[in-house]
Amino acid sequence: MLYAILCYDSEDVVGAWSRDTETAVMNRLGAVQEKLASQGRLGPVARLMPTTAATTVRKGVEPLVLDGPFAETKEQLLGFYIVDCDSLDEAIEVAADLGRASGSAGAHEVRPLMLYRPGDASAS
Amino acid sequence: MTDLAWIDAALASARPRAVAALLRYFRDMDMAQEAYQEACLRALAKWPSQGPPRDPAAWLILVGRNSGIDTLRRSSRETALPSDDALSDLGDAEASLVDRLDEGQYRDDILRLLFVCCHPDLPATAAIALALRIVSGLTVAQIARAFLIGEKAMEQRITRAKARIADSGVPFETPGAIERAERLGAVAAMVYLIFNEGYSASGADAGAREPLCREAIRLGRLLVRLFPAEPEITGLVALMLLQHARSAARLDEHGHVVLLDDQDRGRWDGAVIAEGLALLDKAMRRHAPGQYQVQAAIAALHARARTAAETDWAQIERLYATLERLQPSPVVTLNRAVALSKLSGPEAALELLTPLGERLDSYFYYHGARGAFLDQLGRVDEAREAFGRAIGLAGSAAEAAYIRQQLDRLSAPHNPEPL
Repeated sequence: MLYAILCYDSEDVVGAWSRDTETAVMNRLGAVQEKLASQGRLGPVARLMPTTAATTVRKGVEPLVLDGPFAETKEQLLGFYIVDCDSLDEAIEVAADLGRASGSAGAHEVRPLMLYRPGDASAS
Repeated sequence: MTDLAWIDAALASARPRAVAALLRYFRDMDMAQEAYQEACLRALAKWPSQGPPRDPAAWLILVGRNSGIDTLRRSSRETALPSDDALSDLGDAEASLVDRLDEGQYRDDILRLLFVCCHPDLPATAAIALALRIVSGLTVAQIARAFLIGEKAMEQRITRAKARIADSGVPFETPGAIERAERLGAVAAMVYLIFNEGYSASGADAGAREPLCREAIRLGRLLVRLFPAEPEITGLVALMLLQHARSAARLDEHGHVVLLDDQDRGRWDGAVIAEGLALLDKAMRRHAPGQYQVQAAIAALHARARTAAETDWAQIERLYATLERLQPSPVVTLNRAVALSKLSGPEAALELLTPLGERLDSYFYYHGARGAFLDQLGRVDEAREAFGRAIGLAGSAAEAAYIRQQLDRLSAPHNPEPL
């Protein structure tokens, strides 16, 4: 079974880290990942840019684009996609297509990645 | 158990929201600040063992408000009932009943707090110092260091600024849409001023002023979160990030300014550039250009060029022309002239520059750029004269040293004496 592990923390706190703290934390996290990667058990690893770079696309036939992160609490995180796009416009278009295809309510939050490693885990 | 460093960072990030709300309750800057300090002391006593609350800012507001009210009560009773010990400490049960203010209220609170600091009666440096003290929570010593003056003098400057504001009254009514936009514009300008105070530093003091850049970016991010649909605010943060990304390459080991063309681009911070570009992309989707977005777009073109020679000067020249329309200023035209010199040569640039002579006569960069163009055209005597004017107007030792280099180079052939 593949599991997604989602990381939550205060972005103000993390954003205030000094360069040394940042490097130390990333090295410690890297060591944990390295162990999994050597066993072929690590899938994609991504770090998102701060929520200030986020755009929300409400699902619907006429998708509504809102600046800012997804902030509702009545919906839950159900999944995610990583797509390669030339611009935010293109990414929003993909989100809108997905929203139309789902035919449901809810939203997609579009957020650029700060770091991405594709990894090579596959379901066992 | 909660890490003390985590608590410090959480307190720092909650500060603008908390102080802003307390200012609304008490309508007095000093009281708001004292109430916040008291709340922080209690947080430091409680959070390490009990863990932080879910919403640190709301906790600090509630605790700060109650402690401020206690102080008021105590001082009013002191005349009648000395040493009153009946004042209850704040229980955690109460703290958990934190009234969650809605985002709209926070937004106006923080905007008010920042706007109060950029009061038109205050000189810009006083406004910046006040904002750094009150909103960012830097210590007087830190601010004094950044402004290269003594702690005592900075303390006085801040005290005077607070008195000036108290005299003229803080606007507490909820602003209307136009007023809100005006406040936001003034606040954005102040945030960029804070950034430039840090960014324009060079020499030995550059390190001490660098925190100003980080504070400005932090305040900018706060504004983006409060006003996500304002493309100019997003553009301002993009601009600051794109400029800040170059800071490691901006000064050489002696603290001298390294011109953009000569910077080691490998030392630019790629992650910060990526975030700046993403924010600019987001801002420009709104199709409502403004001065910060256009300046960020110019910075983005520099950031995208892997070498100085790859710089898209044609696009930069067009963007400066846009900036001239949005915000006509001889300084912007001067910048366009520099872009034009790269694109069409020094002659065209000089032609654009000539009509500005009167208005920019006391401006260092005008004479510096003019000297460079004349130099490129081989008009050595005129170049030397322009550089001579520039050196007299230099605002820092680094600027003067740069011009001195140009003058030394120009005089070399005319000065055959051995060194």
